[in-house]
Amino acid sequence: MAKSDVKLLGAWSSPFVMRARIALNIKSVDYEYQEENWLVSKSELLLKSNPIHKKVPVLIHADNPMCESLIIVQYIDEVWSSGPSILPSDPYDRATARFWSAYIDDKWFPSMIAFFWGQEEDAKKAAIAQMEEGLVLLEEAFGKCSKGKAFFGGDRIGFLDIAFGCFLGSLRVTEKAGGIELLSETKTPSLSKWAERFSSDIAVKELISDTDKLAEFGKKLQAKMTANN
Amino acid sequence: MAEEVKLFGMWGSPFSRRIEIALKLKGVSYEYIEEDLQNKSPLLLKYNPVHKKVPVLLHNGKPIAESIVILEYIEETWKTNPIWPADPYERAIARFWAKFFDDKCGLAAWNACWAEEKEKEKAMEEASECLKTLEGELKDKKFFGGDKVGMVDIVAIFIAFWLRVLQEVVGADLLTPEKFPALFKWSEELVGCPIIKENLPPRDRLIILFRARLESSK
Repeated sequence: MAKSDVKLLGAWSSPFVMRARIALNIKSVDYEYQEENWLVSKSELLLKSNPIHKKVPVLIHADNPMCESLIIVQYIDEVWSSGPSILPSDPYDRATARFWSAYIDDKWFPSMIAFFWGQEEDAKKAAIAQMEEGLVLLEEAFGKCSKGKAFFGGDRIGFLDIAFGCFLGSLRVTEKAGGIELLSETKTPSLSKWAERFSSDIAVKELISDTDKLAEFGKKLQAKMTANN
Repeated sequence: MAEEVKLFGMWGSPFSRRIEIALKLKGVSYEYIEEDLQNKSPLLLKYNPVHKKVPVLLHNGKPIAESIVILEYIEETWKTNPIWPADPYERAIARFWAKFFDDKCGLAAWNACWAEEKEKEKAMEEASECLKTLEGELKDKKFFGGDKVGMVDIVAIFIAFWLRVLQEVVGADLLTPEKFPALFKWSEELVGCPIIKENLPPRDRLIILFRARLESSK
Protein backbone atom coordinates (compact mmCIF):
# COMPACT_ATOMS: atom_id res chain seq x y z
CA MET A 1 0.00 0.00 0.00
CA ALA A 2 1.54 3.34 -1.02
CA LYS A 3 2.58 5.42 1.97
CA SER A 4 0.44 8.38 0.94
CA ASP A 5 -2.68 6.20 0.81
CA VAL A 6 -2.81 6.02 4.59
CA LYS A 7 -2.52 9.09 6.78
CA LEU A 8 -3.03 9.38 10.51
CA LEU A 9 -3.67 12.67 12.26
CA GLY A 10 -2.54 12.31 15.83
CA ALA A 11 -0.94 13.72 18.95
CA TRP A 12 1.98 12.13 20.82
CA SER A 13 0.27 12.50 24.17
CA SER A 14 -3.03 10.90 23.20
CA PRO A 15 -3.74 7.34 24.31
CA PHE A 16 -6.50 7.20 21.68
CA VAL A 17 -4.02 7.97 18.90
CA MET A 18 -1.75 5.29 20.33
CA ARG A 19 -4.49 2.73 19.75
CA ALA A 20 -4.58 3.49 16.04
CA ARG A 21 -0.77 3.47 15.76
CA ILE A 22 -0.46 0.11 17.52
CA ALA A 23 -3.03 -1.37 15.14
CA LEU A 24 -1.18 0.01 12.10
CA ASN A 25 2.07 -1.39 13.50
CA ILE A 26 0.56 -4.84 14.05
CA LYS A 27 -0.49 -4.90 10.41
CA SER A 28 2.84 -3.41 9.23
CA VAL A 29 1.02 -0.65 7.38
CA ASP A 30 3.13 2.13 5.91
CA TYR A 31 1.48 5.40 6.80
CA GLU A 32 2.08 9.11 6.93
CA TYR A 33 1.80 10.54 10.41
CA GLN A 34 0.81 14.15 11.00
CA GLU A 35 1.32 15.47 14.50
CA GLU A 36 -1.40 17.87 15.57
CA ASN A 37 -0.36 20.51 18.05
CA TRP A 38 -3.96 20.70 19.14
CA LEU A 39 -3.38 22.69 22.33
CA VAL A 40 -2.22 25.52 20.13
CA SER A 41 -4.28 25.08 16.99
CA LYS A 42 -5.98 22.41 14.91
CA SER A 43 -5.05 21.89 11.27
CA GLU A 44 -7.45 22.55 8.40
CA LEU A 45 -7.29 18.89 7.52
CA LEU A 46 -8.31 17.85 11.03
CA LEU A 47 -11.24 20.26 11.15
CA LYS A 48 -12.36 19.14 7.71
CA SER A 49 -11.94 15.41 8.41
CA ASN A 50 -13.60 15.42 11.81
CA PRO A 51 -15.96 18.38 11.78
CA ILE A 52 -18.21 17.01 14.51
CA HIS A 53 -15.68 16.25 17.24
CA LYS A 54 -12.55 18.04 15.90
CA LYS A 55 -10.38 15.45 17.65
CA VAL A 56 -7.55 13.04 16.97
CA PRO A 57 -7.06 10.32 15.93
CA VAL A 58 -8.35 10.62 12.38
CA LEU A 59 -7.42 7.95 9.87
CA ILE A 60 -7.57 8.95 6.23
CA HIS A 61 -7.41 5.97 3.87
CA ALA A 62 -7.55 6.68 0.13
CA ASP A 63 -9.02 10.09 0.97
CA ASN A 64 -11.72 8.54 3.18
CA PRO A 65 -11.58 10.02 6.68
CA MET A 66 -12.78 8.22 9.78
CA CYS A 67 -12.59 8.87 13.49
CA GLU A 68 -13.11 7.36 16.95
CA SER A 69 -10.13 5.25 17.98
CA LEU A 70 -11.80 1.86 18.43
CA ILE A 71 -13.74 2.28 15.20
CA ILE A 72 -10.42 3.01 13.47
CA VAL A 73 -8.83 -0.09 15.03
CA GLN A 74 -11.71 -2.27 13.82
CA TYR A 75 -11.44 -0.77 10.35
CA ILE A 76 -7.69 -1.48 10.26
CA ASP A 77 -8.36 -5.06 11.35
CA GLU A 78 -11.00 -5.56 8.65
CA VAL A 79 -9.13 -3.96 5.76
CA TRP A 80 -5.64 -5.36 6.35
CA SER A 81 -7.02 -8.83 6.84
CA SER A 82 -3.86 -10.66 5.77
CA GLY A 83 -1.98 -9.34 8.79
CA PRO A 84 -2.30 -10.78 12.32
CA SER A 85 -5.89 -10.48 13.61
CA ILE A 86 -6.65 -7.82 16.17
CA LEU A 87 -10.16 -8.88 17.14
CA PRO A 88 -10.64 -12.50 18.22
CA SER A 89 -12.11 -14.84 15.61
CA ASP A 90 -14.91 -16.24 17.76
CA PRO A 91 -18.00 -13.97 17.87
CA TYR A 92 -18.48 -14.44 21.62
CA ASP A 93 -14.84 -13.58 22.34
CA ARG A 94 -15.27 -10.54 20.09
CA ALA A 95 -18.32 -9.49 22.08
CA THR A 96 -16.34 -9.88 25.32
CA ALA A 97 -13.47 -7.76 23.95
CA ARG A 98 -15.92 -5.09 22.78
CA PHE A 99 -17.79 -5.15 26.09
CA TRP A 100 -14.66 -4.50 28.16
CA SER A 101 -13.38 -1.88 25.72
CA ALA A 102 -16.68 -0.05 26.06
CA TYR A 103 -16.43 -0.35 29.85
CA ILE A 104 -12.94 1.15 29.76
CA ASP A 105 -14.03 4.09 27.61
CA ASP A 106 -17.42 4.73 29.21
CA LYS A 107 -16.67 4.04 32.87
CA TRP A 108 -13.03 3.49 33.77
CA PHE A 109 -11.27 6.23 31.81
CA PRO A 110 -13.80 8.89 32.89
CA SER A 111 -12.80 8.24 36.52
CA MET A 112 -9.18 8.91 35.56
CA ILE A 113 -10.34 12.14 33.94
CA ALA A 114 -12.32 12.98 37.09
CA PHE A 115 -9.13 12.57 39.12
CA PHE A 116 -7.14 14.70 36.68
CA TRP A 117 -9.58 17.58 36.76
CA GLY A 118 -10.84 17.10 40.32
CA GLN A 119 -10.46 20.17 42.46
CA GLU A 120 -11.33 18.81 45.89
CA GLU A 121 -9.79 15.96 47.85
CA ASP A 122 -13.12 14.13 48.17
CA ALA A 123 -13.72 14.14 44.44
CA LYS A 124 -10.19 12.93 43.78
CA LYS A 125 -10.52 10.16 46.38
CA ALA A 126 -13.81 9.00 44.88
CA ALA A 127 -12.25 8.93 41.42
CA ILE A 128 -9.35 6.82 42.65
CA ALA A 129 -11.72 4.41 44.37
CA GLN A 130 -13.63 4.01 41.10
CA MET A 131 -10.43 3.38 39.19
CA GLU A 132 -9.39 0.75 41.71
CA GLU A 133 -12.76 -0.96 41.47
CA GLY A 134 -12.42 -1.01 37.71
CA LEU A 135 -8.95 -2.51 37.89
CA VAL A 136 -10.27 -5.36 40.04
CA LEU A 137 -12.84 -6.08 37.33
CA LEU A 138 -10.22 -5.87 34.60
CA GLU A 139 -7.87 -8.18 36.53
CA GLU A 140 -10.68 -10.73 36.59
CA ALA A 141 -11.48 -10.11 32.92
CA PHE A 142 -7.84 -10.70 32.06
CA GLY A 143 -8.00 -14.15 33.64
CA LYS A 144 -11.08 -15.06 31.58
CA CYS A 145 -9.98 -13.52 28.27
CA SER A 146 -6.32 -14.55 28.22
CA LYS A 147 -7.12 -18.19 29.09
CA GLY A 148 -3.70 -18.56 30.62
CA LYS A 149 -1.84 -16.79 27.82
CA ALA A 150 0.20 -13.59 27.76
CA PHE A 151 -2.39 -11.06 26.57
CA PHE A 152 -6.12 -10.37 26.68
CA GLY A 153 -6.00 -11.42 23.03
CA GLY A 154 -4.12 -14.67 23.75
CA ASP A 155 -0.62 -15.23 22.42
CA ARG A 156 -0.57 -11.87 20.68
CA ILE A 157 -1.81 -8.37 21.45
CA GLY A 158 -5.45 -7.95 20.54
CA PHE A 159 -8.29 -5.45 20.64
CA LEU A 160 -8.71 -5.29 24.39
CA ASP A 161 -4.96 -5.14 25.01
CA ILE A 162 -4.85 -2.09 22.74
CA ALA A 163 -7.99 -0.54 24.25
CA PHE A 164 -6.61 -0.75 27.77
CA GLY A 165 -2.84 -0.71 27.25
CA CYS A 166 -2.88 2.77 25.70
CA PHE A 167 -3.73 4.14 29.16
CA LEU A 168 -0.67 2.71 30.93
CA GLY A 169 1.24 5.99 30.52
CA SER A 170 -1.63 8.04 31.96
CA LEU A 171 -1.98 5.45 34.71
CA ARG A 172 1.64 5.97 35.75
CA VAL A 173 1.15 9.75 35.72
CA THR A 174 -1.94 9.32 37.90
CA GLU A 175 -0.05 7.09 40.33
CA LYS A 176 2.72 9.66 40.68
CA ALA A 177 0.30 12.57 41.04
CA GLY A 178 -1.80 10.78 43.62
CA GLY A 179 1.11 9.12 45.44
CA ILE A 180 -0.68 5.80 45.03
CA GLU A 181 -0.16 2.43 43.45
CA LEU A 182 -2.94 1.40 41.11
CA LEU A 183 -1.31 -1.41 39.18
CA SER A 184 0.74 -3.52 41.57
CA GLU A 185 1.98 -7.04 42.04
CA THR A 186 -0.11 -7.41 45.16
CA LYS A 187 -3.38 -5.79 44.05
CA THR A 188 -3.36 -6.64 40.35
CA PRO A 189 -0.72 -9.31 39.80
CA SER A 190 -1.86 -10.43 36.34
CA LEU A 191 -2.34 -6.90 35.02
CA SER A 192 1.01 -5.87 36.47
CA LYS A 193 2.85 -8.53 34.52
CA TRP A 194 0.69 -7.96 31.45
CA ALA A 195 1.55 -4.25 31.52
CA GLU A 196 5.24 -5.05 31.24
CA ARG A 197 4.69 -7.49 28.39
CA PHE A 198 2.41 -5.03 26.59
CA SER A 199 4.83 -2.12 26.92
CA SER A 200 7.72 -4.17 25.53
CA ASP A 201 5.78 -5.57 22.60
CA ILE A 202 7.30 -4.69 19.25
CA ALA A 203 4.13 -2.98 18.04
CA VAL A 204 3.95 -0.83 21.16
CA LYS A 205 7.34 0.05 22.58
CA GLU A 206 8.33 2.85 20.19
CA LEU A 207 5.05 4.60 21.08
CA ILE A 208 5.51 4.66 24.86
CA SER A 209 5.96 8.20 26.16
CA ASP A 210 8.18 9.11 29.05
CA THR A 211 6.05 9.45 32.21
CA ASP A 212 7.56 12.80 33.19
CA LYS A 213 7.04 14.19 29.70
CA LEU A 214 3.39 13.10 29.89
CA ALA A 215 2.99 14.58 33.36
CA GLU A 216 4.39 17.87 32.14
CA PHE A 217 1.98 17.89 29.23
CA GLY A 218 -0.84 17.23 31.68
CA LYS A 219 0.17 20.29 33.68
CA LYS A 220 0.21 22.40 30.52
CA LEU A 221 -3.28 21.16 29.69
CA GLN A 222 -4.56 21.95 33.18
CA ALA A 223 -2.99 25.41 33.05
CA LYS A 224 -4.51 26.17 29.67
CA MET A 225 -8.01 25.05 30.67
CA THR A 226 -7.81 27.02 33.90
CA ALA A 227 -6.69 30.09 31.95
CA ASN A 228 -9.65 29.67 29.61
CA ASN A 229 -12.08 29.59 32.54
CA MET B 1 -27.41 -28.50 18.49
CA ALA B 2 -30.65 -26.67 19.26
CA GLU B 3 -30.01 -23.01 19.58
CA GLU B 4 -31.15 -21.24 22.72
CA VAL B 5 -31.60 -17.50 22.52
CA LYS B 6 -33.00 -15.49 25.39
CA LEU B 7 -33.39 -11.76 25.77
CA PHE B 8 -33.74 -9.97 29.08
CA GLY B 9 -35.49 -6.70 28.33
CA MET B 10 -37.96 -4.08 29.42
CA TRP B 11 -41.00 -3.25 27.31
CA GLY B 12 -40.44 0.51 27.34
CA SER B 13 -36.68 0.55 26.86
CA PRO B 14 -35.40 1.71 23.45
CA PHE B 15 -32.15 -0.20 24.08
CA SER B 16 -34.06 -3.41 24.69
CA ARG B 17 -36.30 -2.85 21.64
CA ARG B 18 -33.21 -2.35 19.43
CA ILE B 19 -32.27 -5.93 20.08
CA GLU B 20 -35.77 -7.27 19.51
CA ILE B 21 -35.98 -5.45 16.19
CA ALA B 22 -32.60 -6.80 15.08
CA LEU B 23 -33.51 -10.37 16.05
CA LYS B 24 -36.89 -10.11 14.32
CA LEU B 25 -35.37 -8.61 11.16
CA LYS B 26 -33.05 -11.61 11.01
CA GLY B 27 -35.78 -14.11 11.77
CA VAL B 28 -34.11 -15.35 14.96
CA SER B 29 -36.40 -17.09 17.46
CA TYR B 30 -35.89 -16.12 21.05
CA GLU B 31 -37.45 -16.28 24.46
CA TYR B 32 -38.21 -12.88 25.91
CA ILE B 33 -37.94 -12.25 29.62
CA GLU B 34 -39.46 -9.01 30.93
CA GLU B 35 -37.50 -7.37 33.72
CA ASP B 36 -38.96 -5.19 36.43
CA LEU B 37 -36.23 -2.57 36.65
CA GLN B 38 -37.32 -1.63 40.17
CA ASN B 39 -36.83 -5.22 41.21
CA LYS B 40 -34.16 -6.81 39.04
CA SER B 41 -34.09 -10.58 38.80
CA PRO B 42 -31.19 -12.61 40.22
CA LEU B 43 -30.58 -13.92 36.70
CA LEU B 44 -30.15 -10.42 35.27
CA LEU B 45 -27.73 -9.51 38.04
CA LYS B 46 -25.85 -12.74 37.40
CA TYR B 47 -25.61 -12.18 33.64
CA ASN B 48 -24.77 -8.47 33.80
CA PRO B 49 -22.99 -7.95 37.10
CA VAL B 50 -21.00 -4.95 35.85
CA HIS B 51 -23.88 -2.74 34.71
CA LYS B 52 -26.96 -4.59 36.03
CA LYS B 53 -28.98 -3.35 33.03
CA VAL B 54 -31.10 -4.56 30.18
CA PRO B 55 -30.81 -5.64 27.46
CA VAL B 56 -28.85 -8.84 27.99
CA LEU B 57 -28.76 -11.48 25.29
CA LEU B 58 -28.17 -15.06 26.32
CA HIS B 59 -27.00 -17.33 23.52
CA ASN B 60 -26.57 -20.98 24.41
CA GLY B 61 -26.06 -19.96 28.02
CA LYS B 62 -23.50 -17.23 27.32
CA PRO B 63 -24.51 -13.68 28.27
CA ILE B 64 -23.76 -10.53 26.27
CA ALA B 65 -24.49 -7.04 27.56
CA GLU B 66 -24.39 -3.51 26.09
CA SER B 67 -26.76 -3.00 23.17
CA ILE B 68 -24.19 -2.05 20.50
CA VAL B 69 -22.01 -5.03 21.49
CA ILE B 70 -25.10 -7.24 21.23
CA LEU B 71 -26.01 -5.79 17.83
CA GLU B 72 -22.50 -6.53 16.51
CA TYR B 73 -22.76 -10.07 17.89
CA ILE B 74 -26.15 -10.64 16.30
CA GLU B 75 -24.83 -9.47 12.93
CA GLU B 76 -21.82 -11.78 13.13
CA THR B 77 -23.78 -14.80 14.33
CA TRP B 78 -26.93 -14.69 12.17
CA LYS B 79 -25.98 -13.78 8.64
CA THR B 80 -29.48 -13.37 7.06
CA ASN B 81 -30.60 -9.81 6.31
CA PRO B 82 -27.41 -7.93 7.14
CA ILE B 83 -28.09 -4.71 9.03
CA TRP B 84 -24.51 -3.47 9.02
CA PRO B 85 -22.96 -2.28 5.72
CA ALA B 86 -20.71 -4.83 4.01
CA ASP B 87 -18.01 -2.34 3.01
CA PRO B 88 -15.47 -1.71 5.83
CA TYR B 89 -15.44 2.05 5.29
CA GLU B 90 -19.21 2.32 5.27
CA ARG B 91 -19.26 0.11 8.35
CA ALA B 92 -16.81 2.46 10.08
CA ILE B 93 -19.11 5.38 9.23
CA ALA B 94 -22.17 3.49 10.50
CA ARG B 95 -20.34 2.68 13.74
CA PHE B 96 -19.43 6.36 14.05
CA TRP B 97 -23.06 7.44 13.77
CA ALA B 98 -24.25 4.75 16.17
CA LYS B 99 -21.68 5.94 18.70
CA PHE B 100 -22.50 9.60 18.10
CA PHE B 101 -26.13 8.83 18.70
CA ASP B 102 -25.52 6.91 21.92
CA ASP B 103 -22.89 9.28 23.34
CA LYS B 104 -24.65 12.51 22.48
CA CYS B 105 -28.05 12.58 20.76
CA GLY B 106 -30.23 10.22 22.72
CA LEU B 107 -29.24 11.66 26.05
CA ALA B 108 -29.41 15.26 24.83
CA ALA B 109 -32.95 14.77 23.53
CA TRP B 110 -34.04 12.98 26.71
CA ASN B 111 -32.50 15.66 28.95
CA ALA B 112 -34.01 18.47 26.91
CA CYS B 113 -37.48 17.07 27.51
CA TRP B 114 -37.01 16.62 31.24
CA ALA B 115 -34.92 19.74 31.92
CA GLU B 116 -35.98 22.14 34.64
CA GLU B 117 -37.05 25.64 33.56
CA LYS B 118 -33.70 27.29 34.18
CA GLU B 119 -31.76 24.69 32.17
CA LYS B 120 -34.41 24.15 29.51
CA GLU B 121 -33.13 26.61 26.93
CA LYS B 122 -29.56 25.33 26.97
CA ALA B 123 -30.67 21.68 26.95
CA MET B 124 -33.02 22.31 24.01
CA GLU B 125 -30.22 24.04 22.11
CA GLU B 126 -27.87 21.12 22.67
CA ALA B 127 -30.50 18.63 21.57
CA SER B 128 -31.33 20.72 18.50
CA GLU B 129 -27.66 20.78 17.54
CA CYS B 130 -27.62 16.98 17.65
CA LEU B 131 -30.76 16.71 15.56
CA LYS B 132 -29.31 19.19 13.11
CA THR B 133 -26.23 16.99 12.74
CA LEU B 134 -28.40 13.93 12.17
CA GLU B 135 -30.50 15.86 9.65
CA GLY B 136 -27.29 16.71 7.79
CA GLU B 137 -26.20 13.09 7.68
CA LEU B 138 -29.59 11.84 6.54
CA LYS B 139 -29.82 14.42 3.70
CA ASP B 140 -32.08 12.94 1.04
CA LYS B 141 -31.71 9.28 2.00
CA LYS B 142 -34.79 7.35 2.99
CA PHE B 143 -32.97 5.74 5.92
CA PHE B 144 -29.54 6.22 7.47
CA GLY B 145 -28.85 2.78 6.02
CA GLY B 146 -29.81 3.96 2.52
CA ASP B 147 -32.84 2.34 0.91
CA LYS B 148 -33.09 -0.26 3.62
CA VAL B 149 -33.28 0.02 7.40
CA GLY B 150 -29.82 -0.45 8.86
CA MET B 151 -27.99 -0.36 12.15
CA VAL B 152 -27.99 3.39 12.55
CA ASP B 153 -31.76 3.55 12.01
CA ILE B 154 -32.27 0.89 14.66
CA VAL B 155 -29.97 2.69 17.10
CA ALA B 156 -31.58 6.08 16.45
CA ILE B 157 -35.13 4.78 16.71
CA PHE B 158 -35.46 6.54 20.06
CA ILE B 159 -35.78 9.78 18.09
CA ALA B 160 -38.28 8.33 15.65
CA PHE B 161 -40.66 6.94 18.25
CA TRP B 162 -39.89 7.61 21.90
CA LEU B 163 -38.94 11.25 21.47
CA ARG B 164 -42.07 12.02 19.52
CA VAL B 165 -44.24 10.55 22.28
CA LEU B 166 -42.20 12.20 25.03
CA GLN B 167 -42.19 15.66 23.51
CA GLU B 168 -45.97 15.53 23.28
CA VAL B 169 -46.30 14.59 26.94
CA VAL B 170 -43.94 17.27 28.26
CA GLY B 171 -44.89 19.89 25.68
CA ALA B 172 -41.54 20.31 23.96
CA ASP B 173 -41.25 20.85 20.23
CA LEU B 174 -37.88 19.37 19.48
CA LEU B 175 -38.51 17.25 16.38
CA THR B 176 -40.93 19.02 14.07
CA PRO B 177 -41.36 18.81 10.29
CA GLU B 178 -40.58 22.52 10.06
CA LYS B 179 -37.32 22.34 11.98
CA PHE B 180 -36.04 18.99 10.71
CA PRO B 181 -37.96 17.94 7.61
CA ALA B 182 -35.72 15.03 6.59
CA LEU B 183 -35.51 13.62 10.11
CA PHE B 184 -39.26 13.99 10.63
CA LYS B 185 -40.02 12.18 7.37
CA TRP B 186 -37.50 9.47 8.31
CA SER B 187 -39.23 8.98 11.65
CA GLU B 188 -42.57 8.40 9.91
CA GLU B 189 -41.03 5.97 7.41
CA LEU B 190 -39.16 4.06 10.08
CA VAL B 191 -42.01 3.49 12.50
CA GLY B 192 -44.21 2.58 9.55
CA CYS B 193 -41.98 -0.33 8.50
CA PRO B 194 -43.75 -3.66 9.00
CA ILE B 195 -41.37 -5.46 11.37
CA ILE B 196 -40.42 -2.27 13.19
CA LYS B 197 -43.94 -1.13 14.03
CA GLU B 198 -44.86 -4.51 15.51
CA ASN B 199 -41.90 -4.29 17.85
CA LEU B 200 -42.36 -0.85 19.33
CA PRO B 201 -43.93 -0.33 22.74
CA PRO B 202 -47.67 0.42 22.76
CA ARG B 203 -47.94 4.18 22.38
CA ASP B 204 -50.60 4.70 25.05
CA ARG B 205 -48.68 2.60 27.56
CA LEU B 206 -45.60 4.74 26.94
CA ILE B 207 -47.67 7.90 27.39
CA ILE B 208 -48.85 6.64 30.79
CA LEU B 209 -45.23 5.89 31.75
CA PHE B 210 -44.01 9.35 30.75
CA ARG B 211 -47.00 11.10 32.33
CA ALA B 212 -46.35 9.32 35.62
CA ARG B 213 -42.75 10.46 35.56
CA LEU B 214 -43.85 14.02 34.76
CA GLU B 215 -46.27 14.03 37.67
CA SER B 216 -43.72 12.69 40.12
CA SER B 217 -41.20 15.34 39.08
CA LYS B 218 -43.58 18.19 39.99
